Amino acid sequence: MTEDSELRWLTLLVVGASFAVYIGIAIWSRVRTTGEFYIAGKSVHPVANGMATAADWMSAASFISMAGLIAFLGYDGSVYLMGWTGGYVLLALLLAPYLRRFGKFTVPEFIGERYASKAASAVAVICLIMVSFTYIAGQMRGVGIVFSRFLELEIGQGLVIGMGVVFLYAVLGGMRGITYTQVAQYCVLIFAYTVPAVFISLQVTGIAIPQVAFGANLLDGSATLLARLDAVVQDLGFASYTEGSRSRIDLFFITAALMIGTAGLPHVLVRFFTVRKVSDARSSAVWALIFIAILYTTAPAVAALARYNLTETIQPGPIGHPEGNMVYEERPGWFRRWEDTGLLQFEDKNKDGRVQYYNDGNAEFNEQATEYGWQGNELSVDRDIIVLANPEIAQLPAWVIALVAAGGIAAALSTAAGLLLVISAAVSHDLIKRQFRPDLSERGELLAGRLSAAVAILLAGYLGFNPPGFVAQVVAFAFGLAAASLFPPIVMGIFSERMNKQGAVSGMLVGLLFTSAYIVAFRGIGGISPFFADTSENWLFGISPEGIGVIGMLLNFATAISVSSFTSKPPEEVVELVERIRAPGADEA
Amino acid sequence: MSAGDYWMANLRLIAGCLSVWFAVSFGCGLLLVDRLNQFALGGFKLGFWFAQQGSIYVFVLVLIYYAWRMKRLDAEYLSRRVGE
Repeated sequence: MTEDSELRWLTLLVVGASFAVYIGIAIWSRVRTTGEFYIAGKSVHPVANGMATAADWMSAASFISMAGLIAFLGYDGSVYLMGWTGGYVLLALLLAPYLRRFGKFTVPEFIGERYASKAASAVAVICLIMVSFTYIAGQMRGVGIVFSRFLELEIGQGLVIGMGVVFLYAVLGGMRGITYTQVAQYCVLIFAYTVPAVFISLQVTGIAIPQVAFGANLLDGSATLLARLDAVVQDLGFASYTEGSRSRIDLFFITAALMIGTAGLPHVLVRFFTVRKVSDARSSAVWALIFIAILYTTAPAVAALARYNLTETIQPGPIGHPEGNMVYEERPGWFRRWEDTGLLQFEDKNKDGRVQYYNDGNAEFNEQATEYGWQGNELSVDRDIIVLANPEIAQLPAWVIALVAAGGIAAALSTAAGLLLVISAAVSHDLIKRQFRPDLSERGELLAGRLSAAVAILLAGYLGFNPPGFVAQVVAFAFGLAAASLFPPIVMGIFSERMNKQGAVSGMLVGLLFTSAYIVAFRGIGGISPFFADTSENWLFGISPEGIGVIGMLLNFATAISVSSFTSKPPEEVVELVERIRAPGADEA
Repeated sequence: MSAGDYWMANLRLIAGCLSVWFAVSFGCGLLLVDRLNQFALGGFKLGFWFAQQGSIYVFVLVLIYYAWRMKRLDAEYLSRRVGE
């Protein structure tokens, strides 16, 4: 067998085996009641829930894209590390225990009851569905990329298979099926992420633990990994790896927007509804963060190692020497295979048959490059391939590559399934049952839940196959919008007894409108072109559209507090609800 | 312990946890990063280490501490109420 077909068979075998496990779990855990369908009958063990939450939380973006982003952004990429883990701290301290004590099914249900308002609940449903769909489209896209690269299927075929598997265990198994498949998926994805990281750490530094290898000396002992990386990338005209290039104030606001936005993500919040009691919600939050931290502290090490490996492969000799660069005809197998996907592209601008990879946007370095006879950067690398190509770049055995493919799919499917369930619960419970058909029977609601999950899967698959042009932009902004709209009413619903529905609704609207207006003004949307050039001189206080959700959130809080102070106090039963979720009840003894 | 006392103790604990959360990420990882980068931690610049590793480790410790303290606080509150 050739190298390529061996890899293909191994990948089919590993991915197929993981699918068989997920479907087996779905059949074993199929559900019969809405309580089991929405929140797994509140019977999930905290450690299992921690793993499921971690798999839910870590999407295709965390698994496939994040290390790649950091590899090219260096220090600036820290916003994703601190943002996504720090947001989890906010969620665990400010939201999760109280929502669990509230003890119902969904986030819109909490907002609806806390503000005694169907309108507030409807606004929350709309925010939730918008955020969830933009997310799912990205997950489905991730599944498509993995299938097309590793199994050489069309992206469309890959999507159909992925949708079929999610359909089976989400529609049959509901939250219970999703929970236990997510536990299995966490195991697959963390194994798939850390094994190549350990191998590569060993190859480059001789140390097996990526978090330590990250700060260690290179094998030849000449310098530390980071010092060498800093030197090499700056010699090629890029920004220093450990210092980055964006302004600190912008990084500050982007980090805050990611933190607050992720804290309000409904598919993660709902995971805390599934455990037996409030103290279990707190301990499962600890477990989840530990499981998340294993990947999140490995990712920046993978990023630095991958950037180092990539640069050394392309530029094995001294910079500027006529024979310093890789000869295109002698390119390694992975280079050829990723070229086939279009995610890696080479154009021999100076016709020397060698690959030059440098920052031709840096005017100063460009002059020097021209002296070397270089005529522009010749390689474009899609950031998404860093994690997926990493084992190949490091020449790891084929089974490791197959494992990474299964891990990428596990990460995408687990998040997609969690989001689908949140959408179906919002539709069947918050819209159909609570807004339109309060007399709906238990069986009717369960059927409605299954049907809306099925419709949501089809829609998500369509969005993954035909991503509208703006999806990529919107995904980055979903966090800002969630921060500006959903986070404040939930927090104030718990921590302020005085907050009423007028305050909450006007705050949500102000936050949402301000944030979306700012984003549209600088980035445009659909057919609307931006009103201002998207440069830091034009930005309000130098804050980019990615970070503006924080200002939107502050406006939301300010509006809500002032409006509520001159409107009536919330009714007695709401005050009782707030008191009930604040302190443990007798059942928690 | 009254429900009010329990709530105040809860708020103090959250405030403490959030100050640590802010100090390691926004403080050491972002605002003070250039100053901390003058120091080294093994092969890392210290500020860079906080931004890409240290803050995450501290986040885990913060949540462990929070869960442990809340468990004690709950037990204290519930035992006093049973005694009433």
